[in-house]
Amino acid sequence: MRRSIATLLLTGALIPQAALADTAALDVAAPFEIKGADPVLSGDIFLKMDVMETLVNADTSGALLPGLADGWTVSADKLVWKFHIRQGMQFHDGSALTAEAAAFALNRSKAKEGILAKAPINAITAEGTDVVITLSEPFAALPAFLAEYRTGILAPSAYAADGSVTAVIGTGAFRVTKLEPPMTLEAQRFDAYWGGAAKVPAVHYTSATRAETRALMAEAGDAELVVNLDPASVTRLQSVAGVAVHSVAMPRVLLLKLNTALPFFDTVEERQALSLAIDRAGLAQAVLRYPAAASQLLPPAVGGWHNADLPPLDHDPEAAKAAFAAAGWLPGADGILEKDGQRFTVELLTYPDRAELPLTAAVLEQLFREVGIAVTINATNSSEIPAKHAAGTLQMALFARNFGLVPDPVGTFMQDYAPGGDWGAMGWENDAFTAAVRKMAAEGGSDAEKSALAATLQAELPVLPIAWYQQTAAVSHSVKGIVIDPYERTYGLKSAEFAELNRLCTP
Amino acid sequence: MQAAGVALVVGVMSFLMMQAMPGDMAYRIAAARYGYDLVSADLADAVRRELGLEAGPVVQFLHWMADLARFDLGRSLVSGQPVWDEIAHQMGASLQLAAVALGLSLLIGPPLGIYAGLHAGGLFDRMLLVVAAGFRAVPQFLLGLVLIVVLAVQLRLLPSAGHGSPAHLILPALTLALGLAAASARITRDAMAGVATSPFYAFARAKGLSDGQILRRHGLRNIGAPVVTYLGLQFVLLAEGVVVVETIFGWPGIGHALIHAVFHRDVPMVQGTALVMGLGFVVLNALVDLIARRIDPREVQA
Repeated sequence: MRRSIATLLLTGALIPQAALADTAALDVAAPFEIKGADPVLSGDIFLKMDVMETLVNADTSGALLPGLADGWTVSADKLVWKFHIRQGMQFHDGSALTAEAAAFALNRSKAKEGILAKAPINAITAEGTDVVITLSEPFAALPAFLAEYRTGILAPSAYAADGSVTAVIGTGAFRVTKLEPPMTLEAQRFDAYWGGAAKVPAVHYTSATRAETRALMAEAGDAELVVNLDPASVTRLQSVAGVAVHSVAMPRVLLLKLNTALPFFDTVEERQALSLAIDRAGLAQAVLRYPAAASQLLPPAVGGWHNADLPPLDHDPEAAKAAFAAAGWLPGADGILEKDGQRFTVELLTYPDRAELPLTAAVLEQLFREVGIAVTINATNSSEIPAKHAAGTLQMALFARNFGLVPDPVGTFMQDYAPGGDWGAMGWENDAFTAAVRKMAAEGGSDAEKSALAATLQAELPVLPIAWYQQTAAVSHSVKGIVIDPYERTYGLKSAEFAELNRLCTP
Repeated sequence: MQAAGVALVVGVMSFLMMQAMPGDMAYRIAAARYGYDLVSADLADAVRRELGLEAGPVVQFLHWMADLARFDLGRSLVSGQPVWDEIAHQMGASLQLAAVALGLSLLIGPPLGIYAGLHAGGLFDRMLLVVAAGFRAVPQFLLGLVLIVVLAVQLRLLPSAGHGSPAHLILPALTLALGLAAASARITRDAMAGVATSPFYAFARAKGLSDGQILRRHGLRNIGAPVVTYLGLQFVLLAEGVVVVETIFGWPGIGHALIHAVFHRDVPMVQGTALVMGLGFVVLNALVDLIARRIDPREVQA
């Protein structure tokens, strides 16, 4: 018995993996865990793996494109939107995509705290071949909201009687053959795909939460696409043969949020002085390991919202000290600034889920100490930031905020800065800014109007931008056509293909 | 009886520990479900209402105990799936990993230990001491990464991480097995060295039996009892190792699930997994006791 087990294990160990693994599939490794079949929970993965689609698509610059809806119109009063459903389409179970099916999926997403729950929607109904969305007030960002993953459309047969999702039956280029939360999704090419059949026969998704593991998977050739690399792995993988490392700037920003109601940060001069104390370039290079210092809130990739004319946020500790002195903050006996008997000591809240955050906090603590500010770092749960914001007890928080949740950042601006969501400005109010954002959300806005809003944020600094994130990925030379999307909607799998014909023969 | 006691202690302890953790539970669960970027006070309130978290921890605990009495572990706060369904799936993966690891460790550890014990004080014995101490001292996290770098990245013999084919099992199992084998080799070595210098061993030799005959007839059964008893202790090491190794290798097991459930404040999942692991200990220890008694029946007869 013992001998037969030994033989089994040894033969298992000696068979090259290529003989065991499914080499015809394109393997993707990412940190995100599959929480279930529900698009509200894991739709981002289903969207990127091309198994599920949305009514509206977006390209890598955030521009909206037709998706399952091939066109849309809005009524003169801007309250009734009609999305025309592309005809002749079918779900993976062979049933037809109808306006009823789409409306059902959207209504369910809205009820389940999907993104649509945040839009001023009265009703979503089906009329002939249209999905009709009736609003309580004009909302120009609606099509962008319909590109978000939580509005993904699944077939009626994907839902149980109680509305829960039991299977991922979408319209994408691949149909799910195996879904094993939290780590595995396998899908095969769907030959009846409306956009033309994919070139690779199958795609596999593996969730690997540890960055070291993912980098080694890329290096070992176990995954053709590995996303969200950590800075150390990027440096290492750049010298590995057979793998290319790609990175694109994405609309995710490392921010320092201030409670502007506190005496430390209640004037623009104080906030500007604090900003001058931050060595953004050094910090980005040392901690994120790429030149990503934020010269303003949003990076150039976010069309319209990046204002190239704004003077960049500088680092000048002497000017910072002078500005604090001008605001009445003078060094005490131990060098810590004081004003009216109050010492400049603040708590900086951050969380360790993103490895760079506690490191950045430690660097900020040093930089602020140089100008006379004593910072206590509290690395805790990310949820403490919105919770303490809501309770009004937050002083300072360091976190990463994604402005590309929907392809139009106005959604995030409305939540965070008009006048203030749990992640945005705290204690800061600017009526003109709020009115402009609300108008933009309702009616849309020109690039000049967006640039003007960026200029206001830069002048008043309710939050201090520190660095812009980059989306990094390792792509095997054996595949071509992979897309690194700053808005994280696609990997380009439906158009990707294997580069080498003899790949099946090589281990 | 013992099992019921363990269930109660594990249930109460895991519940108290989850309550003692910082951070508002509703916010954590909202973050786990919808992602950090979408968490807001409104969303946390919606989660709180949906899950009835306002009722307070004592009511939740009583609910859980009442469910447990009906053999129902409740539903995951994050995925909404029955806890038992999730655990059943993950437990299969963990048991597979643990069984292969234990099997591998038994193939590696005891044979080396027997050889070293029979040649106590020799070069091999001294080398084994150093190597075994090394493998015990190296954290499994590091050992796992080294094995990936050597066997998957450099030699390309095995897949680095993931789950699905039999080949995916070998590296995580080997990582666990090397640590276990290091310990069991030392236990076996000491037992063997003791037996080999005993009078009955010398007598067997005097009878004219060959080395192999002596080992089979007088050696193995005598070292069996301490080695099997030690296996019981190894389950603790194994459970610890499974939590770490599953995370490195992306193995969808119970250890991985426990870490994530703790992280996301998914109290029913934490209680369910802790309970299943606790009861697993009870069952395995009972089995080990039974086997040890079969090997060494003296205590029973006395």
